[in-house]
Amino acid sequence: MIIRARVTGAFLAAVLSTTAFNGTFAAEDTIKVGILHSLSGTMAISETTLKDAMLMLIDEQNKKGGLLGKKLEAVVVDPASDWPLFAEKARELVSVDKVSAVFGCWTSVSRKSVLPVFEELNSILFYPVQYEGEESQRNVFYTGAAPNQQAIPAVDYLMENEEVERWVLAGTDYVYPRTTNKILEAYLVSKGVKPEDIMINYTPFGHSDWQTIVSDIKKFGSAGKKTAVVSTINGDANVPFYKELGNQGIKAEDIPVVAFSVGEEELAGLDTGPLVGHLAAWNYFQSVDNPANAEFIKTWKAYTKNDKRVTNDPMEAHYIGFNMWLKAVEKAGTTDTDAVLDAMIGVSVPNLSGGYSTMMPNHHITKPVLIGEIQSDGQFETVWETPGLVVGDEWSDYLPDSKDLISDWRAPMSCGNFNVATGKCGGKGS
Amino acid sequence: MYRIFQTVLFALILLTAIPTSGLRAEEGLRELVNAFGEAKLSDMDEHIAALAKTGDPKVVPILEALGEGNLYARKADGQVFLTKEGGATLTLTDPVTGESAGEAQKAALSKVKVNNGVRRAVRTALGSLTLLSPDREARLRAAQSVLQSPNADALGAVESALAAEKDAEVRALLEQARATTLLMSDRPAAEKKEAVRLLREKGGREALPILSSALGSADETLKPEIEAALASIEQTQALWAAGQNVWYGLSLGSVLLLAAIGLAITFGVMGIINMAHGEMVMLGAYTTFLVQEVLRNSYPGLFDWSLAIALPLAFLVTGAVGLAMERGVIRFLYGRPLETLLATWGISLILQQSVRTIFGPTNQEVGNPSWMSGAFELGGLTITWNRLWIILFALAVFAALLFLLKKTPMGLQMRAVTQNRRMASSMGIRTPWIDALTFALGSGIAGMAGVALSQIDNVSPNLGQGYIIDSFMVVVFGGVGNLWGTLVGAFSLGILNKFLEPYAGAVLGKILVLVLIILFIQKRPRGLFALKGRAVEA
Repeated sequence: MIIRARVTGAFLAAVLSTTAFNGTFAAEDTIKVGILHSLSGTMAISETTLKDAMLMLIDEQNKKGGLLGKKLEAVVVDPASDWPLFAEKARELVSVDKVSAVFGCWTSVSRKSVLPVFEELNSILFYPVQYEGEESQRNVFYTGAAPNQQAIPAVDYLMENEEVERWVLAGTDYVYPRTTNKILEAYLVSKGVKPEDIMINYTPFGHSDWQTIVSDIKKFGSAGKKTAVVSTINGDANVPFYKELGNQGIKAEDIPVVAFSVGEEELAGLDTGPLVGHLAAWNYFQSVDNPANAEFIKTWKAYTKNDKRVTNDPMEAHYIGFNMWLKAVEKAGTTDTDAVLDAMIGVSVPNLSGGYSTMMPNHHITKPVLIGEIQSDGQFETVWETPGLVVGDEWSDYLPDSKDLISDWRAPMSCGNFNVATGKCGGKGS
Repeated sequence: MYRIFQTVLFALILLTAIPTSGLRAEEGLRELVNAFGEAKLSDMDEHIAALAKTGDPKVVPILEALGEGNLYARKADGQVFLTKEGGATLTLTDPVTGESAGEAQKAALSKVKVNNGVRRAVRTALGSLTLLSPDREARLRAAQSVLQSPNADALGAVESALAAEKDAEVRALLEQARATTLLMSDRPAAEKKEAVRLLREKGGREALPILSSALGSADETLKPEIEAALASIEQTQALWAAGQNVWYGLSLGSVLLLAAIGLAITFGVMGIINMAHGEMVMLGAYTTFLVQEVLRNSYPGLFDWSLAIALPLAFLVTGAVGLAMERGVIRFLYGRPLETLLATWGISLILQQSVRTIFGPTNQEVGNPSWMSGAFELGGLTITWNRLWIILFALAVFAALLFLLKKTPMGLQMRAVTQNRRMASSMGIRTPWIDALTFALGSGIAGMAGVALSQIDNVSPNLGQGYIIDSFMVVVFGGVGNLWGTLVGAFSLGILNKFLEPYAGAVLGKILVLVLIILFIQKRPRGLFALKGRAVEA
């Protein structure tokens, strides 16, 4: 462990020195923005991209003249995929570096680990990843999708367009898949799906031997009813899963797989030829055709100096979150936390899928939901989208514990878990 | 002879389908194709059916292009063209005349959208269109696609194709396809009974959904027949399932063996707790990635050889890293296991982070050569090529290593040094060099394992971490210092895991295996095949 700390320490020093270099104009007054994403360890694969995206957004904003007449300054820390370290680094960002807002976290455990810090020190966190819901915090803005902005529309799509009657819910064994599958199971049962037509399967993190499970899916799918797989399989386990699907000859025309954690980044490590037609549900795809997105992709490729770099949904979430924060700070005229928290609600900024996203009183945002099919070039093609924007629903209506809860952070309610049945603030959760 | 007959028949069918004037037919076809340009996804089925109904052979390439997503409409005039995959400019081909129609910028075209539903419709349409094609492969594919998406309308086409078909393999498929489509049609019960019997004999798991959906609409006389067929198929399937589990177990075992075999040398023979073992596997996988990158850019024809080229390179690269590790760090730490553990753990982190810095944290794409893709059926077993090759490769590596240790002077010296260092030294063996070479050998083999594992797992900086615990588990379970123990340990753990998985689930299965190993080690602390004699005390 000593060595580990030393290595991360050295790495941190390197990172800090580069940020210090960026901040040569630090003699003037700057507004500091914290970036809390793992740059080493297992989650680096996903989170490093978000760090780069944030640096790019800050860079672009400085070119436009900064914020409130001051330059923005990024403070990057590396929590090294270590959940308790997330809390330490968050504390360091807020109390030592005095950042005005933090953009960060990927996994739900890391978010849960930093929540008490943001509450205690009264600072702001923007969380950009799709998550299981069942949470609404005063100091956190959730710019990723809640289950009703991703999972439920995806299931609806399969039910209506592919006439799926039998469901495999496959996930990695941790909180996001477990909660999402619980919501989905309740939803499917409410839609008249029989319990024997639902198969739920969990695998450990980084599972790489999918032979048994894929053949089980094949067997489950040969009961004469149209079958689909809803995958909440996380991170690295997806590549061997898709490879096994391809090798065992499961085609999307027969048993489609819809995934909630597979984006352009994950597909970049795969030969997508055999996967054409498998689906993903997101709020943004790189292939979305509009000028704002084209501009964003161009800037991103130029910034990373890599023509092959792809964009993905959590990047868009940061884009939205960052622009919302800029607007709220301008509206409040200060970076003071309480003023910004008040100003954030109702702020509306353009998203990259061709519309506007608005921050709702429950600290979740409105987004369109897109269903895309994997193409042979590693991109998605949108085959369906919600007619309008969907409001993020933090407390699921399909779980008995949370169906009476709502969240509204405007005065006078100012409550993240108001129980409409009892009329009191403070139900399950937080 | 029959080929000529077939072609004639094919032509005849087409002639009856084409209206009197060829020119008018062309115009009609063009209209139908252009309709794709502005069709909604939900209306595509009808358009495809209309196009297939013309029976024109020109329809086949159009539908194929549609299924592959190579159909584009020109934004300016709504004309639809076939295209080839390419960059920003696409070459256009006229769908009706088949002539080149120049090039166009991708921005000036809009892609005809396809989804799974459209692809299914295309598959069905192509199935009945190409059943009489003179090309055997095309007929085979057609028969398969009719079988995969059966529909009662295709019955006539299947029967006429069956009458003309001479090739045994295609015939067998067509017979199955006929039975399947017949069950869905409104033919008399006697014929259906015959079809059920055929499916009972020939149909594997694929027959199950057809039979169970036929069960719903069947009349009373047919019901017991179908139920009996279902029961009999399910019974044979259950038997095959046990065989399948053994196969999966062997395949998992071979992966464990590959991951552990290098460690069997460094930890098993030399006694070094090498936490950087997984990173050697990772470096081997990255070597494969680099080799493929070079081949893809410079010699695409050699891609199928990429693994053969990567193997020796991976051995050299990781062997060299291992040598440097032994000379630079580990040799100062012999006899101090705790410090070795910490130092190698540190090295593993350094290696991971350097790979992350050089190649980036995301997965790298390592392709499967064509001989490692897909699967074949052996009775009721589905055997994927990549798993088969990995089993064979693991066994080959094991055999080669055994030969090296037991039959060569170098192996003799290695064994001598590990059994009695001072005696070996007195006999004139340069023990430090043997240590270094042994460690390099273990690392090199881990690198070769990485080449194989790159075919089934992610190539990312975290690749090694996933294997380190499993590797130690296998070596300790099999008996430290015994290669055969590693072999038996790997395969028995693999099979045990795969027999537990269907009952306990993947998560609990893995926990159960760990618990069993802990209990086993309590009982036999030296593993399955414990070394006996003086070597143990040394």
